[in-house]
Amino acid sequence: MTSAPYAWIAAIVAALALLPLGTSSNTVLNFLSFAMIVTVAAQGWNILGGYGGQFSFGHAVFFGTGAYVMALAQVRFGLNPWLALPLAMAMGAAVGYAIGFLSFRARLRGSYFALVTLAFAEVFRISANAWGFTGGAAGVLVPLKLDAAQMQFADKRLFYWLALAFVAAALVLTAWIARSRFGAQLVAVRENEEAARALGVDALAIKLRAITLSGAVTAAAGCLYTQKFLYLDANLAYGPWISVEALLAPIIGGLGTVFGPLVGAVVLLGLGEVTKTVFANLMGGSVPGVDLVVFGALLIACVAYAPRGVLGLLQGWLASARKARA
Amino acid sequence: MLKLDIFLSALANGLMTGAVYALVALGLTLVYGVLHIINFAHGATLTAAMFAVFVMHSVFKVDPYLAIFILTPLFFGLGYAVQRFVIGPASHGDDSNILLVTLGLSIIIENALLAGFRSDTRSIDVPYGFSVVEVGNLFLSTPKLVAFAASFLVALLLWLLLARTDTGKAIRAVAREKTGAALSGIDVDHIYAVTFGLGAACLAIAACLLMPTFLVNPRIGNAFVLVAFTIVVLGGMGSILGALVGGLIIGVVESLSGLYFGESLGQIGIFLIFILVLLFRPTGLFGAKA
Repeated sequence: MTSAPYAWIAAIVAALALLPLGTSSNTVLNFLSFAMIVTVAAQGWNILGGYGGQFSFGHAVFFGTGAYVMALAQVRFGLNPWLALPLAMAMGAAVGYAIGFLSFRARLRGSYFALVTLAFAEVFRISANAWGFTGGAAGVLVPLKLDAAQMQFADKRLFYWLALAFVAAALVLTAWIARSRFGAQLVAVRENEEAARALGVDALAIKLRAITLSGAVTAAAGCLYTQKFLYLDANLAYGPWISVEALLAPIIGGLGTVFGPLVGAVVLLGLGEVTKTVFANLMGGSVPGVDLVVFGALLIACVAYAPRGVLGLLQGWLASARKARA
Repeated sequence: MLKLDIFLSALANGLMTGAVYALVALGLTLVYGVLHIINFAHGATLTAAMFAVFVMHSVFKVDPYLAIFILTPLFFGLGYAVQRFVIGPASHGDDSNILLVTLGLSIIIENALLAGFRSDTRSIDVPYGFSVVEVGNLFLSTPKLVAFAASFLVALLLWLLLARTDTGKAIRAVAREKTGAALSGIDVDHIYAVTFGLGAACLAIAACLLMPTFLVNPRIGNAFVLVAFTIVVLGGMGSILGALVGGLIIGVVESLSGLYFGESLGQIGIFLIFILVLLFRPTGLFGAKA
């Protein structure tokens, strides 16, 4: 897989692009689009957490910043969403750089880094909830203008393809990082920061570059979210749900792999939907939280039995099947 | 004069709430001091304990103060079992794994409570819920005063347990040097689980003390968890004295900033303290090492 990741990316993205041709069901298209948004957010987390080993518990801070900049640029300043997109990603990168600068310079890592990112996300959430400019607790509504020039599509498939294009770009970026000098240095810092530093790797600069990229990618997911739902409030944009899903998807799919976040997001959200449906049928009405109980159990099971995620399990099975045949 | 009274009453309220915060933080700091991990499920466990108090009161008509004697051993047992049979085996001794497993636990607990009790906010109705004690010009809520005194008592008991008993000696030995402790015949896994159980027991007591004046919903733990982390970080990871002082400081800061800047900004104050302490003095006020 590592020998030709770009061919794999092309094949998988092509397969995903064909999916909506088989169905016109809104439920399926909404699910697929949402899975792609979570995948992009998770790809951002994976750059910092998977390759860099810095576990953030507050990636909502980037997602929310992207989402809010996207929405406010349109609503408050009348900016076209296609122009707001790079601006929002740049803001996500800037927030990433700022948080990284503060916390990595203070040598925070492990649990400390996780906690400080969580605290930053909370500060942003409370501020967005209190501040009039962001719409406060009432949130912000992007006016409906179904026009491709406004990044809004009457045909739900078009939005899905747009989100898929972002996923494809994130996959290519990750594959590039994985094979680049920067990626090798990032993995070296993850495995042993002191050793990496002794070999002349500027660990601080490497981690800063990772969190900046990570912030930009996850902010892009926030932009997609804004354009998909056209409504935001502080709990949607900066809430813990996206911090958790951005972290769970790569861990469940395969930490520090190109396709891990994509596989993880699809598995996670798919299982979530199945659980919700099963419980709704069993209990005769929807039960809030059951899907998240499954997510939590899946996280523990992965840490305990599949530290390399679903992809790691698959590779293990393939390898043992090959051995059995030989 | 009136202004001073308002200030003093906010101060007293802050100190009383701070003592319960300290009790919550005590469990967290103990687990950190011994296992060197952050128990991310701490807040969710507190929520579970508060719901347990709620159920005890509304279904079995047990007074929350009486429930202390039932829930404390129960939560000790639960904490022991979770560390011994879930967190320990699942994390393979790796710190970031422990963090993820406790995150998974907190997601499970919080959402299981949400599925079971829905998102409604609940409280219990006790006859002494609104009773007050008059001190000078101040009216202090009796249940809060009880919580204040009881928190100090628990901290004292915990300190005695660590300082004077064999189990306490074993806990301190494991905290200092786990390999050495294992070599001298201490069952490290058992001590880890005991410590975790003690942390959960602190939460059960805190829940019983909180419920007469507080309300509970499945997400309430989130409000406490970052406050508890802030206290632990401020007081110094692993320090009991630090947790007490940190708890009181945070209680007062929250109460006074709520008085002067309004509720929502008061909350931000706590997170900013948290971030600033982490960035500039990660050893906290009483912490020995980073």
